[in-house]
Amino acid sequence: MTRRLAVRVILAALLLVLAAAPFLDVEIPGLFARSLARPGTLQLLALCLTFGAVALSYDLLFGITGLLSFGHALWFGMGVYLTDIALTRWHWGLGAAVLFALGAALVAALALGAVALRVTGIAFAMVTLAFAQAGSILVHKNPGGITGGEEGLGLDVSHLPDLLIGVINTRNLYWIALAYLLLAAAVSWWLVGSRPGRVWQAVRENERRVEVMGLRPYTFKLFVFAVSALLAALGGAVYMLLVGGASPGVTTGSLSLALLVMVVLGGAGTLWGAIVGGALYQYLDQRLLALASSDAVTGLPAWLRAPLGEPLFILGALFIALVLFFPGGIAGAVTRVRLPRRAA
Amino acid sequence: MSTPVLLFVTGLGLGALYFLLAAGLSLTYGLMRVLNFAHGVFLTIGAYTAWMIATHVGGSEWVRFGLALGGSLLVGAVAAAAVELSLIRPLYRRHVEQILITVGLALALTALTQGAFGADPRPYPSPGWMDRVTVLAGADIPNSRLAAIAAAALVLAALAGFLRFTRWGTIVRAGVENREMVSALGIDVQRAFTLVFALGGVAAALGGALAASYFGNIDPQRGGDVLIFAFIVVVIGGLGSITGSAVAAAVVGVMQQFANYYFGVWWGFSAAGDLAVVALLAIVLLVRPQGLAGTAPA
Repeated sequence: MTRRLAVRVILAALLLVLAAAPFLDVEIPGLFARSLARPGTLQLLALCLTFGAVALSYDLLFGITGLLSFGHALWFGMGVYLTDIALTRWHWGLGAAVLFALGAALVAALALGAVALRVTGIAFAMVTLAFAQAGSILVHKNPGGITGGEEGLGLDVSHLPDLLIGVINTRNLYWIALAYLLLAAAVSWWLVGSRPGRVWQAVRENERRVEVMGLRPYTFKLFVFAVSALLAALGGAVYMLLVGGASPGVTTGSLSLALLVMVVLGGAGTLWGAIVGGALYQYLDQRLLALASSDAVTGLPAWLRAPLGEPLFILGALFIALVLFFPGGIAGAVTRVRLPRRAA
Repeated sequence: MSTPVLLFVTGLGLGALYFLLAAGLSLTYGLMRVLNFAHGVFLTIGAYTAWMIATHVGGSEWVRFGLALGGSLLVGAVAAAAVELSLIRPLYRRHVEQILITVGLALALTALTQGAFGADPRPYPSPGWMDRVTVLAGADIPNSRLAAIAAAALVLAALAGFLRFTRWGTIVRAGVENREMVSALGIDVQRAFTLVFALGGVAAALGGALAASYFGNIDPQRGGDVLIFAFIVVVIGGLGSITGSAVAAAVVGVMQQFANYYFGVWWGFSAAGDLAVVALLAIVLLVRPQGLAGTAPA
C-alpha cells in the first residue's frame, strides 16, 4: 500500500513539474542546451510528450493486444496532413479541422482494419505496412497539388487562435501536448482495465482460447485498432501544430518502425514503459542530431564521423543491443531491479 | 501494339527485381518463421559493393561489370551469413525478437550507408549495352530489363534445382513442411537455415547490382523501397513457396507498369501502379488469405 502511495506522490510531483515547466527558468546542464522555460527547450519537451503518447497508442495494439502492425504511421500521418490540409487549403477553424482528421482516421481505421484483421501474425504486419505505404505514396505524389509532395505543406496560421501563434506562445502548445498525453494515458489505462481491455490481453496470450470462450476476437481487435488509430491521429494533429506544418517523412515506414522501437525500448505491454520509451527515443533523436553537427563529432576522422553523424545508426545499434541483452526494455529492467527487493 | 509489349516486358523486369528479394524472404520465413526486415539492406549492400568495384577497378566495361557482380554476390553471401550467425541464431524461435533485431539492423545499416556515401543517389556506370535497347515485337526494350528477367529466371531455376535435387534442398523442403519432424530425425535444420539465409543474401545482392543498372543509380533507401513490394509479393504468392513468389512477382510487376501507364493518365498522378498493387494485396487477402500457392493461412 505504501509503495502505491509513493508511486502516486512521485507521479503527482512529476506532473506538477511538467505543468509548471514553462515558468521554471532553470538550467539543467547536460540534459538541455538552454533553460527549461526557453521556447526551444519547451518544444523539445513537447515533442517528447507527444511521442510518448503516440508510442502509448501503438502499445495498445502491439504490447497489449499482440498485434504487430507496421503501418501505424498512416494514422499519425493522417492526423498531421488532414488537419493541415483542412486549415491551410480549406481555411477551416482548428476545431473543425481536428474533428475532420479524427473522423476520417476512424472511418479509414475501421475499413482498413476490417480487411487487415482477416489475417494474423506476419501477414497482418505486411498488410498494414502496405496500406501505410499506399498512404505515404499518395502524400509524396501530391495528387491535385493538395499535400505539397516532397516539399511538405506549411501551416497557414491565419485561422488559428492567436494563443497558438508565434515563438512566445510555445508554452501554450507545450500545454496542449501535455494535455494530449494525459488524455491518451487516461483513455489507455481506463480501457486496458475495462472488460474489452482484458479481452485484448487474452487475445495476446491465447486467441484460440478466447474463441472457445464464445467471444469473437475479431471484434475486439478491430476495436483496439480503431482506438489506437484515433489516438495516433490526434497525436498527429498536435505534432503538426507543434512543428507548424506537415512533411512527408511522418507518413513513411521509418516512423512506423521508430514507434515499434520506442515501445520495445520502454517495454512492450506496459503502458508507462511505452510513454517513457517514446519520450526517450524522441529526446535521443533530437539530441543526437544536435551532437552530430557539434564540433565534437565534425572534428572526428571520417570513419568515426560517418556512423556518429547518423542518429538512426546509433539508435538502431542501441536497439539491437537492447533486444539482445535487455528483453523487456526499460520497464523490464525496472521490474528486475524491484523484484529481488520485494522478495527480501 | 508496341506499348503493351513494352509495358509487359518492363513489368516483368520490375517483377524480376522483386523476385530476387522475395525468394530469400519467402524461404527464410517458410523454414524458420523469420521475417527479415534487413533483407533490403542486402540489396543495398550489393548495389554499393558493385558501385565501389565498378568505379575503382580498371579493364573493359564488361570486365568491370563481371568483377562488380561477382564481388557483390560474395559480399551479399558473407553479410547474410554473418547476420544469421551473430544476430538471428541467438534468438532462436523468439520470432518477435528476431523481427525486432532485423528492424534495428535495417535502421542502423541504412543510416550507416547514408553516413558513408551520402543520402543522394549516385550514378552507376553500367556497360553501354545495358542502356541500349533490343527491339522485341516492335517495342524498344532496354537491355537492363532483359538482364534482370534473365537473372531472375536463372535464380528461379537454380533454386528450384537446388530444392529438388540436392540433399540440402530436400532438408529445406522438409523443414518448410514440418521443422520439428526434421529435427527429430536428427538433422541440423539450423545449418540448412544458415545456408538458405546466405543464398537469400546472394539473390538480394544480385538484385542490388541489377537494380543499379535498372535505375541507372544507387541510393541508400533503394533496398527498403523494393523490400516493401517484395513483402507484398511474398504474401500474395504464399509464404514459403518459391514458385508462388515468382508468379506473384511477375503479376505485381506487370500490373504496376500497366496501371501506371493507363490509370496514371486518368488520375493525374503517377502512383496508380503502387496503389493498384496494394489493392491487389487487399483483394487476395479477402479471397484467399493463404496466398496463391499457400496451403495454410499465414
